[in-house]
Amino acid sequence: MKKIVVGMGTCGLSAGAQAAYDKLSVLAAAHPDVCMLTRTGCIGMCYREPLVEVRDGDSRVFYGGVTPESAEEIFSKHVLGNEVIDNDNLVYACWPDGSTCGSESDFLDLQERIVLRNCGTINPESIEDYENAGGYQGVRKALTEMTPSRIIQTIKDSGLRGRGGAGFPTGLKWSFAAANEGEQKYVVCNADEGDPGAFMDRSVLEGDPHAILEGMIICAKAIGATFGYIYCRAEYPLAIHRLEIAILEARERGYLGTNIIGSGFDFDLKIKQGAGAFVCGEETALFASIEGERGMPRIRPPFPAEKGLWQKPTNNNNVETFANVPWIICNGAEAYTAFGTEKSPGTKVFALAGKVVHGGLAEVPMGTTIEDLVFKIGGGIKEGKEFKAVQMGGPSGGCIPAHMKDTPVDFESIPATGAIMGSGGMVVMDEDICMVEIARFFLDFTQKESCGKCTFCRIGTLRMLEILERLTRGEGEPEDIDKLEKLSIQIKEASLCGLGQTAPNPVQTTIRYYLDEYKAHIFDKKCPAGECQALVEFYIIPDKCVGCTLCAKNCPVDAITGKVKEVHVINIETCVNCGKCITSCNFGAVVTR
Amino acid sequence: MKTAAKQENFNYRLWRYDGAPGELIPLLQSAQEHFGYIPRRAINYIAGVTAIPESDIYGVITFYSQFRLQPMGKYVIRVCAGTACHVSGAKLIRETVEDELGIEVDGTTEDGLFTLNTVACIGCCSLAPVIMVNNDTHGSLTPASVRKILRNYRKKASANTDSIAVTVESV
Repeated sequence: MKKIVVGMGTCGLSAGAQAAYDKLSVLAAAHPDVCMLTRTGCIGMCYREPLVEVRDGDSRVFYGGVTPESAEEIFSKHVLGNEVIDNDNLVYACWPDGSTCGSESDFLDLQERIVLRNCGTINPESIEDYENAGGYQGVRKALTEMTPSRIIQTIKDSGLRGRGGAGFPTGLKWSFAAANEGEQKYVVCNADEGDPGAFMDRSVLEGDPHAILEGMIICAKAIGATFGYIYCRAEYPLAIHRLEIAILEARERGYLGTNIIGSGFDFDLKIKQGAGAFVCGEETALFASIEGERGMPRIRPPFPAEKGLWQKPTNNNNVETFANVPWIICNGAEAYTAFGTEKSPGTKVFALAGKVVHGGLAEVPMGTTIEDLVFKIGGGIKEGKEFKAVQMGGPSGGCIPAHMKDTPVDFESIPATGAIMGSGGMVVMDEDICMVEIARFFLDFTQKESCGKCTFCRIGTLRMLEILERLTRGEGEPEDIDKLEKLSIQIKEASLCGLGQTAPNPVQTTIRYYLDEYKAHIFDKKCPAGECQALVEFYIIPDKCVGCTLCAKNCPVDAITGKVKEVHVINIETCVNCGKCITSCNFGAVVTR
Repeated sequence: MKTAAKQENFNYRLWRYDGAPGELIPLLQSAQEHFGYIPRRAINYIAGVTAIPESDIYGVITFYSQFRLQPMGKYVIRVCAGTACHVSGAKLIRETVEDELGIEVDGTTEDGLFTLNTVACIGCCSLAPVIMVNNDTHGSLTPASVRKILRNYRKKASANTDSIAVTVESV
């Protein structure tokens, strides 16, 4: 019996997985004895979605970019005819003897999947699938065979560090919460993945929701908590939907509620939807938001382990951290430390995006170099352009330049560059990206998302943003760089929470590695990357222009001349760099240089 | 969800309110789901039931980007402004939408058809640049393709004009 699996995470659905699924469900219904159709979450190859896998015993064949038409072909030739279709659609095949082939075998073969062990494999809406894949064995072991102190010791021995960004040792965190006496303790899962450019938590929530529940139950046992919350952002409706299903199923099977699997331990949990505030990723702000208030951070100490949610001892971990826990409990701490580096054991999921050929999710051992991630797994830079930098850690992180591409990604090496590990977003940039503009982009984000509690974060980020906006308009002044550096230090020292303490990172790292670009904007009034609109020249590519006259009609200053069906020309003397011609051109003929 | 079900949900939540802390945000979320935005009367109503001062409720509403105090158009366009979209030309897409619809970010067209928002990240980074129109995601956009998408929505709306009107209902 063959199994047809359609990838239906957010990435798959937006690429058109539903149409392929609908087509296949009609075909599969006619042959119930040959195959069964099921769905799964994201396997990580977002760039080849919609993905359809045909599984037959131990052999797995993946087809990418599946349309309803090619789905029909896959069904008739492969599912019914046992013939693997070797065309552009074939992305990866894995045979029972362990050999692999296909255009994307590098992408998957170089990965080690612990967190993503079930993503893209099981049906996230079925607890049987999860149990068949070894699910809830961690809960069984922890609740029936282990004492809380042994659970904590195992996590400590594994060296697991918080995957939300800061990398605090998870076992140590749990021991603090366990040590504090209290009638009521809480476990909170931070699923408020706010970094623009990071989507690994979304994929785990959508692809393997039970793993997070399992991690939380084990944590609850370890610290003595009886209730938990998953704080998930409202922008992830599919993740919330699948979590809801998972919680209902887990309750039915006795993994949640009173007397879990007959062990006498009680634990239940609830989903809280975020309402759109980046600062709520900070744990004390997250607690305030669950309590129904404005999500503003609180002063620490007291730390959450002592007085957290509702002033009770609370342990808060990120989605990816919790997803690691059941695996460590089942396989032991030593199996986990076999991966990664001495101080950063295990694996890390990265979200590759931007100007990289293979945008998607990749889980690699800690200590893998940026070069391996971008070039081997990521497949290099789009359109053969030059690699310029990777941005790590989102608005709290920084840009690591191309010449440092042999930097290993772990909790020691990345902070040394001035960036941070962050949650694992890795946005790849090519030669066309202006670093001053990127700094402006992130400051614009943090300035808007600052909750306003600390003066330096509230006003300091605005002053920095104003300076950066001036630079990108070509109105920079010689002392601006000094001002930016001074403000960076002040904001970092005078802010209460992680948002303010890290907000200047994008500016500091770009000044550190790309001072020349800043100087070019200030002194030469030029944007070397050709991105800042006010500092570039607009130009029509003669070969692409068809003479439709749309650009000339839309030009507010009549700077474009040309007759119908003839190549148009922009008069740069009159041009005010408004960009109307670019947005109105249907042929991509207007460019900047 | 049907409007009747949404209203039931909002009313039910208010009716069920037992003074337990932490209910304000879910209440506001169900109000917004029901009305499409949070009208003044919903704030009065929540304040009356929960005894939370209206000023505090207003404070919570304005803190979170999800909540809106103005009605929204039939189609809510959310242009992704995440890092991956930004480096792939999201600004150009936003400007094209602004130009095509004649509105700016956070604005609604006069006919009540479109509202334009930006969003920090939709999590479809590999399809950048991306926009969401209500719950549909459109990826790998160019100025020309985004104009085409918007015109299609406009066509779709004029084909069934009865449902264009912005719903402003009372509790």
